[in-house]
Amino acid sequence: MATNPRSRRAMPLAAALEVLAARRRNEIVVTTMGSAREWPRCSKHALDFHYLPSAMGHAPMLGLGLALARGERDVIVLNGDGCMLMSLGCLVTVVASAAANYTLVVLDNGIYEVTGGQATPAGATDFAAMARAAGFATVAAFDDLARWQSSAAGILAAPGPRFISLRVEPVGDDYQLPAPRPMSQRIAEFRQALAQAPTPLPNQDG
Amino acid sequence: MTHDPQRPAPSACGGPGVLLPGPWVAATLADLGVTHVVWLPDSALGTWEGAFEQSDRLRLVRVCREGEAWAIAAGLHLGGRQPVVVIQNTGLFESGDALRNVLFDLRLPLFSIVGYRGYLVEGSTDTARQFTEPVLSAWGLDYVLIASPDEGPRLAEHYRACRAAGRPGVVLLAEGRG
Repeated sequence: MATNPRSRRAMPLAAALEVLAARRRNEIVVTTMGSAREWPRCSKHALDFHYLPSAMGHAPMLGLGLALARGERDVIVLNGDGCMLMSLGCLVTVVASAAANYTLVVLDNGIYEVTGGQATPAGATDFAAMARAAGFATVAAFDDLARWQSSAAGILAAPGPRFISLRVEPVGDDYQLPAPRPMSQRIAEFRQALAQAPTPLPNQDG
Repeated sequence: MTHDPQRPAPSACGGPGVLLPGPWVAATLADLGVTHVVWLPDSALGTWEGAFEQSDRLRLVRVCREGEAWAIAAGLHLGGRQPVVVIQNTGLFESGDALRNVLFDLRLPLFSIVGYRGYLVEGSTDTARQFTEPVLSAWGLDYVLIASPDEGPRLAEHYRACRAAGRPGVVLLAEGRG
């Protein structure tokens, strides 16, 4: 039976992301769709890659490619639940790749936000259980901000690949995506930042 | 390390319905500087698996659906690696939006080898065969066809040409029923 996403216990999206931003060091952060709108409001970093325009559902795989290319550096992907539903097989692909430097965060608001708030078919789907069944080394799920705040550092330092499901509230009417700067310019800047970023020491950035 | 020699055509095909043997393909790709093979094989391409696994210069990345392959290859490319996507033509159709995004929105010059199911079947009515080249043409992708083992060197030639031009490229590899 579907659960009304608006009646679920959930965290404010901005507060949930600020927890992550406060603990972010020199990881690559890949955003897409709604997270590409929200993340820049709490964090600006040269190793942010805003995958916009995207092929919806493929941010986890673009992030996985980066993780495989740059094994010395952690990659965090901020995905939506609607995006996750479009490519559930990618959970298996991540585990098969054995990318220990990879974290997939699903911001689960139960709706397709950027198209105006239509319900996804997921209802009560437990994304964390799916990730656990796929074989992620570390899996966690939160719908309470205080618990997420107190647990985040430990989870981000745990063995990868990691999967974190965050139940968040829809943002309301402010769902429109920003007009991105030209992709070619953002790619050039990102590559330059990646080339210039100091190589992380083992366990430094977890 | 990239050797990049003019590797001669394979002396024999890779088996029934398989034009190019896996060890020859793996060595060719590695010599070209390819670092990762991102793939979802069919029965013909799948005969290359052992050669890719045994190569100490290539890393094999397995995906569950072809659309994943383009996005992973995009991330690898952004991260400074040289991936090749290896899929069947049916997977090419499936992965159209992912391909559109990474080749045209992100403008990444990714290279792929696409198994051309049905090409070697005389009188084939396989719709996968029927639509393959029209779809590639509609995308405006630069492709070459390898339809016999002695055309194998076209793989390296086309890879080098596309890389030098900074554009995406496709090798269509003729197959039987795939």
